[in-house]
Amino acid sequence: MSRADAEGVAPVANTAGADPVIVGMEVLIEDVRFSYPSGVEAVKGVSLSIRPGERVAIVGQNGAGKTTLVRQLNGIFRPTSGRVQVGDWITSEHTIAELATRVGYVFQNPDEQLFARTVRADVEFGPRNLGLDSAQVARRAETAIEAVGLSGVADLHPHHLSLSERKRVALAGVVAMGTPVVVLDEPTTGQDAAGVDMIAQVVAALTDAGRTVIAITHDMEFCAEHFDRVIVMAGGQVLVDGHPRDVFVRDAELDAAAVEPPQLTRLARALGWDDQPLSAEEFVGAFARRGAHS
Amino acid sequence: MISLTDVSYAYPDAEALTLEHVDLEVERGSIAGIVGASGAGKTTLAKIIAGFIPHADGGELSGTVRVDGRDLSTGSLVDAVSVVGLVIQNPFNQISGAKYTVREEIAFGLENFGTPRDEMQRRVDEVAALLRIEHLLDRSPYALSGGQQQLVAIASMIVLRTPVIVMDEPTAQLDPAGTRMVFDVLSALRETGITIVIFEHKLELLQQHADRLHVVADRSIVLSGAPDDVLADDRLAQWAVGTTRYVTAGRLARERGLLPPEVPLPVSFEQAERVFDRERSVR
Ligand SMILES: Nc1ncnc2c1ncn2[C@@H]1O[C@H](COP(=O)(O)OP(=O)(O)OP(=O)(O)O)[C@@H](O)[C@H]1O
Ligand SMILES: Nc1ncnc2c1ncn2[C@@H]1O[C@H](COP(=O)(O)OP(=O)(O)OP(=O)(O)O)[C@@H](O)[C@H]1O
Ligand SMILES: [Mg+2]
Ligand SMILES: [Mg+2]
Repeated sequence: MSRADAEGVAPVANTAGADPVIVGMEVLIEDVRFSYPSGVEAVKGVSLSIRPGERVAIVGQNGAGKTTLVRQLNGIFRPTSGRVQVGDWITSEHTIAELATRVGYVFQNPDEQLFARTVRADVEFGPRNLGLDSAQVARRAETAIEAVGLSGVADLHPHHLSLSERKRVALAGVVAMGTPVVVLDEPTTGQDAAGVDMIAQVVAALTDAGRTVIAITHDMEFCAEHFDRVIVMAGGQVLVDGHPRDVFVRDAELDAAAVEPPQLTRLARALGWDDQPLSAEEFVGAFARRGAHS
Repeated sequence: MISLTDVSYAYPDAEALTLEHVDLEVERGSIAGIVGASGAGKTTLAKIIAGFIPHADGGELSGTVRVDGRDLSTGSLVDAVSVVGLVIQNPFNQISGAKYTVREEIAFGLENFGTPRDEMQRRVDEVAALLRIEHLLDRSPYALSGGQQQLVAIASMIVLRTPVIVMDEPTAQLDPAGTRMVFDVLSALRETGITIVIFEHKLELLQQHADRLHVVADRSIVLSGAPDDVLADDRLAQWAVGTTRYVTAGRLARERGLLPPEVPLPVSFEQAERVFDRERSVR
């Protein structure tokens, strides 16, 4: 796949004036398989239904097929068999450029994605190609850059930023596109505590606005604290799919997927508590209830 | 083993210093963990310890950087690479681009050092087994997942057996089990006398494996100490450095009057198990 393919977003009808309202879209994945030309079968029959506005995390071992799976959504890869539907579109019937108006994708490696000479120009690239007028483009870029905490460096060259900052530039670029579906490939890698919070807020703002968010992550704390649904993958398949509280007790599947519950969930279990706290708040709440009994 | 004295650095054309008056001591055969906020200067410091700065990146470096008795700030990059291996932060950029298979990729550095062929093969097999990537050896280095690429990048440094290994967020792309495996490998390397400097955000693992922690903030190293002391330090938040969830829960419980202030904040899983065990604390 060349950069031009991935980013050559076709202009769509200009909706001058007010920003068009963005609503989330449903994503349907039906028995999708995908093999790389080298013969590796990376996705082996995955079916998922994701509702508009849902906030979904995908976790699982290295090489599980997470990145390969989400790349089917925006047409970078096409399923070897099975089908993917985004809203009312079946992806096989649409070009990468068309799909880019529905599915935004933040790459695992930001350096594959950034190419403009300034942070601002990079973030403006997507919305401009959607055919928005320049006031809308500027407004969207400004908002997105601020949301990821980079207002102070908006006029610098992305390559003069640190890696975690570059990752947030890529995120801002996708947020500014205003796509109904946003896919984040390991958004928190390399982020410090404040960066993780910032990304969690961006995710919450997206889903609050009704947009669908699918995030791949190895960060179990991030997953437990901010997502309502976790999909666990291993060997190209989905092993478990459910609320974090139900997923983080499935030891056998977690083990097979090289995943472990978050710190405080593990701790509560070791203490013999039957609640499954997913955050410090919940953990301390459970601790307080126990105190009241004694 | 590693000794930085009054090190300051500015990138080429940059108006301000990125690091200023940095002092750092790392003992031979130890693991030093370095934490710091995004953009604090961790990668910059990693490149200085490995001699990439100033030899490859240019800019203005002052102060002394001594590694294994050599002064890297005045020596050459070739000098530096024979003592220090650097696992760079973005594994996608570490791949040489010159090799067709993962096996050749891991052997690339050894080849440059003129290692005999059969020894080279043996060492590649050894390190591949250690990091559980044997099944990838015949693949193209580009036909890998993000985490697999990261393991290959780590393997290609470990295989060199340099006395010092500097790793810039080496587990960022790894699943939880892979992360634990890498830390176990590092602990085993330490036992052989290798010195490791690791830049990491995964504090629970640093707590378990590092001998000392150093905090980069305000363009310098602002705190050095035993992991338990550093992770319970109240100033971490002000430097935008996180801590373990055990500390977070401990603080919250304290605030709500559920833990007396004289109980030390639990940093690790084991400490938290003792602190939050109601049955035991009530008795
Ligand atoms: N370009 C490629 N050519 C051939 N095989 C590939 C390619 N990219 C990935 N693979 C293989 O496909 C499988 C799935 O890879 P994928 O990148 O989807 O995993 P992942 O779940 O995203 O892992 P990670 O957490 O490490 O990023 C792995 O076995 C990987 O080696
Ligand atoms: N090539 C460069 N030229 C100019 N400034 C740079 C360059 N590389 C980094 N910087 C700046 O130096 C500072 C420190 O960057 P560095 O990459 O060392 O941070 P870091 O602590 O490693 O961050 P991260 O956690 O995101 O990896 C940042 O403010 C960054 O913008
Ligand atoms: Mg991936
Ligand atoms: Mg860095």
